[in-house]
Amino acid sequence: MESSISIRDLDLRFGSVEVLQGLNLDIGVGEFLVLLGSSGCGKSTLLNCIAGLLDVSDGQIHIGGKNVTWAEPSERGIGMVFQSYALYPQMTVEGNLSFGLKNAKMSKAEISQRVARAAEILQIEPLLKRKPAALSGGQRQRVAIGRALVRDAEVFLFDEPLSNLDAKLRADLRVEIKKLHSRLGNTMVYVTHDQVEAMTLADRIAIMKGGQIMQLASPNEIYNRPKNLYVAEFIGSPSMNFIHGELKGGDFVADGLSIPMTGYEFADSSEKEGKAIIGLRPEHIATGDNLASAVSRTKAKVSLVEPMGSDTIIYASVGSHPIHIRMDGQATVKPGDEVEIGFQPARANLFDPSTENRL
Amino acid sequence: MSADRPNQLFRNMNAKVAAIPMIVTALFVFVGGTAWTIVYSFTKSGLLPRMKWVGLDQYERLWGTKRWLIAIENLAIYGLCMLVLVFVIGFILAALIDQKIRFENTIRTVILYPYAMSFVVTGLVWQWILNPEFGIQNIVRGIGWESFTFDPLYTPEIAIFGVLIAGLWQGSGLVMVLMLAGLRGIDHEVWKAARIDGIPAWKTYIFIVIPMMRPVFITTLVLVVTGIVKVFDLIVAQTGGGPGIATEVPAKYVYDMMFRNNNLGQGFAASTMMLVTVALIVIPWAILEFGGKRSND
Ligand SMILES: Nc1ncnc2c1ncn2[C@@H]1O[C@H](COP(=O)(O)OP(=O)(O)OP(=O)(O)O)[C@@H](O)[C@H]1O
Ligand SMILES: [Mg+2]
Repeated sequence: MESSISIRDLDLRFGSVEVLQGLNLDIGVGEFLVLLGSSGCGKSTLLNCIAGLLDVSDGQIHIGGKNVTWAEPSERGIGMVFQSYALYPQMTVEGNLSFGLKNAKMSKAEISQRVARAAEILQIEPLLKRKPAALSGGQRQRVAIGRALVRDAEVFLFDEPLSNLDAKLRADLRVEIKKLHSRLGNTMVYVTHDQVEAMTLADRIAIMKGGQIMQLASPNEIYNRPKNLYVAEFIGSPSMNFIHGELKGGDFVADGLSIPMTGYEFADSSEKEGKAIIGLRPEHIATGDNLASAVSRTKAKVSLVEPMGSDTIIYASVGSHPIHIRMDGQATVKPGDEVEIGFQPARANLFDPSTENRL
Repeated sequence: MSADRPNQLFRNMNAKVAAIPMIVTALFVFVGGTAWTIVYSFTKSGLLPRMKWVGLDQYERLWGTKRWLIAIENLAIYGLCMLVLVFVIGFILAALIDQKIRFENTIRTVILYPYAMSFVVTGLVWQWILNPEFGIQNIVRGIGWESFTFDPLYTPEIAIFGVLIAGLWQGSGLVMVLMLAGLRGIDHEVWKAARIDGIPAWKTYIFIVIPMMRPVFITTLVLVVTGIVKVFDLIVAQTGGGPGIATEVPAKYVYDMMFRNNNLGQGFAASTMMLVTVALIVIPWAILEFGGKRSND
């Protein structure tokens, strides 16, 4: 894969605070990469380094094959969209779109052509003469995307562009950004802490923690085969169930529970023994009709039921282990009931409690 | 629809009752006093107010007096220079401090400090600094430049600029902190967006940041302008209006007429002229800021 952005051993310090340490990342041409992580993990910092808004402490950044580590933001061939929109409030939408181009001494004809194209793509033609204050949040963010679009940039950077919008608009704009990506086909790096955005938009997701990338993989891989406990815990809502136990002769054993791990793909295809943590997604614990596909079965005592319409989350205990299970929305269960549940070892996750890595 | 809406007059009754003393004071002291002054500016009052009507006589005399004309001219020079320079200096200082420099608090305090002082102190301090015997001139000559001359307060043609220096020294700090507050209110991401757009810093200030700071600018403008119009104590402390009448200003003219020359009528007329000036500035501002419907910003 030809790389559009390539980051080598990037270090960034604010005074004595190490925010990014020895970070390496390659982003392919036309790829949609999402940086996902909890607050303060350095997502925005990394994005700002790529944009050139922060001077790196060490390491190199290449965009489109050129070393841009010390280039000005405007010379990097990037466009950027911010959470607060960052529109120029005293200028009309048209002014916002064209100000940078005018400043770059581009010809009037070219400017108006680019503005017209961006306005057409984003469907903001009727708004061109308005000031940002007279626009809704969603419209403002469109204009902000437009400002990146007119730059004809190879790379688009988004820093939580949808966080200030309400849920409905967020979902709409998410779809539009995805459409925009498939229409333009340029590289996009998108920062968010919303899992749904990450899962739906990304070609690959980079999960960050403490300035380091914990796992860089496709959404599917991240969801199904998290590389370590942190990623496993971070992704998925409600989160994964974890049970501490032991691997013994191909079975996972915890008190009151024994699951044969036949069908589980170990990390380096060799079976392990000793202490382990099993991670089970609430939706991978089989109940009702799905029980047929499950290898090992047991009973769980229900303590709480949360019907959510499309599905129902039940909180139950197996032996001494509290677990939550996602059931069909039509399931009729009450607290106090006993339900039969089954495990599918192929979809389970095993982690080493000391290294926290996937077994 | 409006039938059962509570009477607007009786809403928040407690607050309204509590505000009555202030409203009464404002009405009687400010409005009443002002009206009284204006009325008596048309009379032949001397040591004491006398209701002897003389029409526009006092105004004719006022505009025929050299001292008043010089006062007006001085105010115009001082005001214009002060206005431009205090904004330029204050804004540049604020922009520099806004670069996240170290010791920001110290520097801000040092620069704002003069504002905390009385004009009388400022006037005296600068009287000394600009005094040829003790001040800058003496120091520079002491270093070895024997022919150096810097005595604005003793040269009638430029004496008002000596006052201007003191005024700037005192006033820049206030403008700086107000501008700094305005600059700090600007979203960082706007700066980032401008950098990505490749807009140089000075253009970002002029075309993006300053327009965004319009409310701060207008408020500062009103503070500065009203300060200029009523400049008085600085003059009294620094030059006493001298040399001769070279640094007379309208407020001092009013004071002298009323309390030293026993010519209340003249004083009233002059202060009415000042009131008109301030009103000409403040009323359009108030309409712009508070009146009409909110503009989009
Ligand atoms: N100017 C700064 N000076 C010192 N530390 C900073 C500065 N900017 C950010 N940091 C620190 O760097 C770390 C990463 O910040 P960053 O803004 O990249 O987080 P983030 O992942 O974008 O979080 P969020 O999701 O809240 O936006 C944080 O711990 C923050 O405290
Ligand atoms: Mg951030």
